[in-house]
Amino acid sequence: MCEGHPFARLRPLLGGIDWRLLMRPGDWLVMGASLAAVTALWLAGHGDVGDRVLIKHEGRVFLETSIRLNRLVEVPGPLGITRVEIRGGRVRVLSDPGPRQLCVRQGWIGPGEAALCLPNRVSVERGGIVYDSLSY
Amino acid sequence: MPRTELHLTLFAADDDRRIAALAAAAVGLTLAEAAIPLPLPGVKPGLANIIGLAVLCRYGWSSAAWVTLLRVVAGALLLGTFLTPSFVLSLSGALLSLLCMGLAIRLYPRLLGPVGLSVLGAFAHMGAQLLVVNLWLMPAVSLLGLAPPFLTVAWITGLVNGLAAAWLIVAMADGRAGDE
Repeated sequence: MCEGHPFARLRPLLGGIDWRLLMRPGDWLVMGASLAAVTALWLAGHGDVGDRVLIKHEGRVFLETSIRLNRLVEVPGPLGITRVEIRGGRVRVLSDPGPRQLCVRQGWIGPGEAALCLPNRVSVERGGIVYDSLSY
Repeated sequence: MPRTELHLTLFAADDDRRIAALAAAAVGLTLAEAAIPLPLPGVKPGLANIIGLAVLCRYGWSSAAWVTLLRVVAGALLLGTFLTPSFVLSLSGALLSLLCMGLAIRLYPRLLGPVGLSVLGAFAHMGAQLLVVNLWLMPAVSLLGLAPPFLTVAWITGLVNGLAAAWLIVAMADGRAGDE
């Protein structure tokens, strides 16, 4: 019954157990569901793993860091200190001395997006690998 | 003045002997596994869980809990990692995977076999470890982005260990391997 089966040569060791009998219906279900979950995680997190955060001040790079390292960065500008928070794989401008607070109200910055605190001349970019016509 | 002697006798029931023997086998696998060089911390085959699974399916949850916890503590003592972060990691993984597998087999005793339980247990084990690392050991680093590769490894090792445990259970029932 095992002849021609890949495990046939292992037969003396395995005692001719039919491997199909070792799997119950729920096992197939669990394996399929967990494989789907892992695949979904891979797809959802794709490009996230090497994600970088680029903080610029007056057009010059102030700090380049990973989005995986939680930290609070203080960037001194002409108006005062802009605080940038990196936490849990996300980044946002926590506080800014500018009058209209546009970059603070923008909230968490998405992949490939940037927040500009123009009065204080600070910009925060979240660089994933995002291809568009400009990248080419 | 009469001498009083204290006689203390410990009775070891058959269950105790069986648990001790199986835990010893699991500790052996833990030690063998520690000798295998592995590329990443936290990525290991978890061979000792083969014993845990076979015990869970054949003798029930409380025996499996005994065997697993004895294995974790004795293995850590032998490897010199007792009460270190690596012991906490392996204990938290073992506890959560025990809970998950126990719950699963209680809910679906007919539907699930060792392979499904093993995959569930491997996921729980890996999840608990990632959580402990993320919350306690390295709170400054968000590790959750690393979950996909770790869970992929858990899926593969869970499948392999589950098949091995399924084979072991059949072999034990035939009286060919390790039963008493």
